[in-house]
Amino acid sequence: MTSTAIPNRIDSFPTERIGGFNVRPGRTQPYGATLVPGGVNFSVFSSCATAASLLLFHCGEAEPFAELPFPDEFRIGGVWAMTVFDLDHEYIEYGYRVRGPDTPQLGDRFDPTRILADPYAKAMSGRDVWGKPPNWNDPYPYRSRLTFDDFDWDGDRPLHIQPEDLVIYEMHVRGFTRDPSARVANPGTYAGLVEKIPYLKELGVNCVELMPVFEFDEFENSRVHPETGETLMNFWGYSTVGFFAPKAGYAATGRFGMQRDEFKNMVKELHRAGIAVVLDVVFNHTAEGNENGPTIHFRSLDNRTYYMLTPEGYYYNFSGTGNTFNCNNPVVRDYVLSCLRYWASEYHVDGFRFDLAAILDRDPDGAPMDNPPLPESLAYDPLLRDCLLIAEAWDAGGLYKVGSFPNYLRWAEWNGKYRDVVRRFLKGDTGTVSELATRVVGSPDLYRTRGAIASVNFITCHDGFTLADLVSYDDKHNEANGEENRDGANDNNSWNSGVEGPTDDPDVLSLRDRQMKNAMLLLLTSQGVPMLLAGDEVAHTQHGNNNAYCHDSPVSWFDWKQADENAELLRFVRNCIAFRAAHPVLRGRNHPRGADPTGGWYPEVSWHGVHAWQPDWSPSSLLLAFMRSTPSPQDADHVYVAANAHWEPHPLELPALPPGWRWHLFADTAATAPGDVHAPGTEPVLGDQESITVGPRSALVLVGRGPS
Amino acid sequence: VDIRQQTIGSIRVISLHGDLDGRSSSVAQEQILPALPADGRVLLDLSDVPFISSAGLRTMLLIYRQAQCVNSTVALLGLSDELRGVLSATGFLAFFIVTDSLTGGVEALRAETAGPLEAGRDPARTTELRRSGAR
Repeated sequence: MTSTAIPNRIDSFPTERIGGFNVRPGRTQPYGATLVPGGVNFSVFSSCATAASLLLFHCGEAEPFAELPFPDEFRIGGVWAMTVFDLDHEYIEYGYRVRGPDTPQLGDRFDPTRILADPYAKAMSGRDVWGKPPNWNDPYPYRSRLTFDDFDWDGDRPLHIQPEDLVIYEMHVRGFTRDPSARVANPGTYAGLVEKIPYLKELGVNCVELMPVFEFDEFENSRVHPETGETLMNFWGYSTVGFFAPKAGYAATGRFGMQRDEFKNMVKELHRAGIAVVLDVVFNHTAEGNENGPTIHFRSLDNRTYYMLTPEGYYYNFSGTGNTFNCNNPVVRDYVLSCLRYWASEYHVDGFRFDLAAILDRDPDGAPMDNPPLPESLAYDPLLRDCLLIAEAWDAGGLYKVGSFPNYLRWAEWNGKYRDVVRRFLKGDTGTVSELATRVVGSPDLYRTRGAIASVNFITCHDGFTLADLVSYDDKHNEANGEENRDGANDNNSWNSGVEGPTDDPDVLSLRDRQMKNAMLLLLTSQGVPMLLAGDEVAHTQHGNNNAYCHDSPVSWFDWKQADENAELLRFVRNCIAFRAAHPVLRGRNHPRGADPTGGWYPEVSWHGVHAWQPDWSPSSLLLAFMRSTPSPQDADHVYVAANAHWEPHPLELPALPPGWRWHLFADTAATAPGDVHAPGTEPVLGDQESITVGPRSALVLVGRGPS
Repeated sequence: VDIRQQTIGSIRVISLHGDLDGRSSSVAQEQILPALPADGRVLLDLSDVPFISSAGLRTMLLIYRQAQCVNSTVALLGLSDELRGVLSATGFLAFFIVTDSLTGGVEALRAETAGPLEAGRDPARTTELRRSGAR
C-alpha cells in the first residue's frame, strides 16, 4: 500500500499587494488570527461597520509599521478576512481600526481613532509582566499577538472526575505562590503553581478552581491609598480584556509570549496529579466599563451587539461594574460558546464557574428569561458535555437564582444558602437546625431533580471573609481598600468569638480554632460538592478585610509559613478530606432517603439528638446529629455526625449499630490535638458504645466498623 | 543561526550558534532533522544560543520527536539559567536529558540505552522526568 502526501494548498499564495504586503482574500472562519501556510489569516466581525483595516506593529512600538485596509471584496456578510503573507509573526502585534456610525443614542459607538484588540486574540501583550508600570500614553495598550497552538500533550485528556467525588479548592494563581515563603523558582505564576502540586496532593483536593485567568489589566483603576501608600490594583481580575488569552502576567514566560505553553503545561501537570482544572469565567461584563470607560474592542466593533443598552443608548449595569455583556444576543452567545469550547479543547480544562451567572438569564433588555438561550446552549453543547458548569446564581442587579437557575439538569450552583445557614448555625443563631439538616444532605429542597451534585457547598470563597476571619470578626474592616469601609458585604453571618480581631486570650483563640474545625468537619461530611478557599486550611487571615480584590500583598498571598504554624488545623483538614474520600456514603449523586424502604436496615440518613432517633427540630435547638448509612448491608458503612452550636456540652445517646459493629472516633473538635482527628482507618474504638458527649460549640464524627 | 555537526565516538554533536527563533528555526530544522542518525545518540549544544523563542522551543521538540522516530536519544548541553527556566516553566525540559558539559553529555548518552519506541507512553515518560531532574 502506498501513501499519498497531502499536496500544497492552492490558496497558499498571494493574489495581490496591499500596503506593500502580499495578501489574498482570507477565510472568514475561524474568527481571529490563524497561522496558515506562508502567512497569517485575519478574520474580524462587525454587523454594521463601513470599513476596517488591519494594523501591524513591531512588538512594543507606538506606531504601526503597516495599516492594511480590507478591500470590500474581502468581506463576506459582516466578516472581513484577509491572509497576509511573509509576516515575521513572532515579532509583531496586530489590531484593527473600524469605521461606522457614532450614534450612541442608537447604540453605535464606532471610533476610528482607536486601535482595537482582536476579541479572539489567543495571546495578548501589554501586561506581560505583572505589576510592571505601563505606558499610560500608549494608544494601543492591550495588543493582540500571534502564537503557536501546537503543544505536546503527551496523551493528556480532561480527567472526567465524577462530580460527587470532587473536592474543589478555590485559588488565585498569583496569590498562591507569590509570597517569598512559597520558595518556588517562579513566584506567582502558572509554573509556580506546578511546583506546589505536591502540597495539593497531600491536602487531598482533586480540583482547583482558578480565579480569573483570562487576560485582564491589573492596573485597571489602580490607585495609591492616601494613608498607607500601598498601590491598590485589580488583583482578582474580574474584568476581562481578552477572553481567549491566558493572563500573560501569570506566566513566568509571559515576557517571551509563551504563556499559552506555560498554562498548558500547568494543566497537564495538574492532570497528571489527578487534579482537575476549573476556570472562573467572567461573561457578565467586560473591562470596557460604561460610556466613560476605555475602548478596547467590542465598543467600536459592535457596541449594540455586545452590550445591553438602555433605550437611550447607555449601558445597563447589572454587573455593578459599568456594563453588562449581552449574552443572549445570538452573536454574543456564539462568542461565549466559542470561547468555552476553545478553553475546553485547546487547554483541556475540566469545567467553568460563571461569575454572576444570573446575568446569563437576562434578555437584551435585562429581563430574566425562563429559558435563556446561552445557559441552554452551554448545557447541550457536545464539546462541553463533560465539563462542569457551575453558576454563581445571582447578580449585582438583584437577581437571585440559587435553586432556580435554568439548569437543563446540567448546571450546578454555588449554594449560597448552604454558606449562609452553616455560618448562622456555627455562630449560635437559633432557628437554623432544620435548614441545616436540609443543606448537609445536598439541599433536596433546591436540587430535587438535579441531585446533590448540583450543590457546590462552601462556607467561604474569595468573596467575603476567610474562614479565620469569619470566626475572628463581627464586622468587615476594609479600610485598606481606600473606600472608607463602604465596599464589601455587610451580611457576613460572622462572629468574632468574643474579641474583635487579634487577641492573645487563650480561650478565644481556642474557640476560634474549634470553630474552624467545626466548619471544615461539616463541609466535608455534607453531601454535594465541597469547595474550600485556598488558605483556609492554614487559617489565612485578611485582617478582617472581606473584599480584598485590590491587594497584591500578604493580605491576599498564601503564607506558606502558616502550614507549619497552623499545622494542627492543616492536619485536621487533610484528614477530613481523606475521610470523605474513604466514605462513599457521604458522596452520593442523589439525595439520601430518610426512610428505610426494606424496614430491616437503616435509612440512608437518620436524624438524632440528645436521644437517638429523636432530633430536636424546635426553633431554639442548637444541636444536630445525623447518621449516614449505606442503603443495604452489602459494603455497609455508617458515619455519625454531631454538631453542637450550644455553649454547653451535651451527652448524646448513640444509635445502635448492627450486631458486632462498634463506633470509632474519627474526629472530635473539643479534643486537643492530636486527639482531635485520626487518620481514616486508624480511628480508636469508643469505650462507651451507647453515648458520647459533644463539647460546647463542638462537632464530632464517628464511624462504625464491623467485625471483619 | 549557524549549525555545526561533528561526531565524537558514537555521538553526533550538533552545535548551534545564534538565536533560535522563527527566523532561524526553519533553517535549523532543514539542517538537523534529516541528519539525525538512526539508533544513535545526539548532543545538542546550545552554549552559544543567547535566545530561544517559542518557535525555537518547537524546533527542539521536533528534533526530540524525530529522534524518537529513528530510535535515537537527544541530550541538551549548555543551557543558560534563563533558557533552563523557560524550558522548565513550559514543560519542554521534561523531554530531554540535560547536561552541563560535553564530557558529561557524552557519558550520559552512552549510559542511556535507547530502547524501541514504546506503545505505552507512561513508562517512557517517567524515565524522562527522572532524567531531566525537572522536578
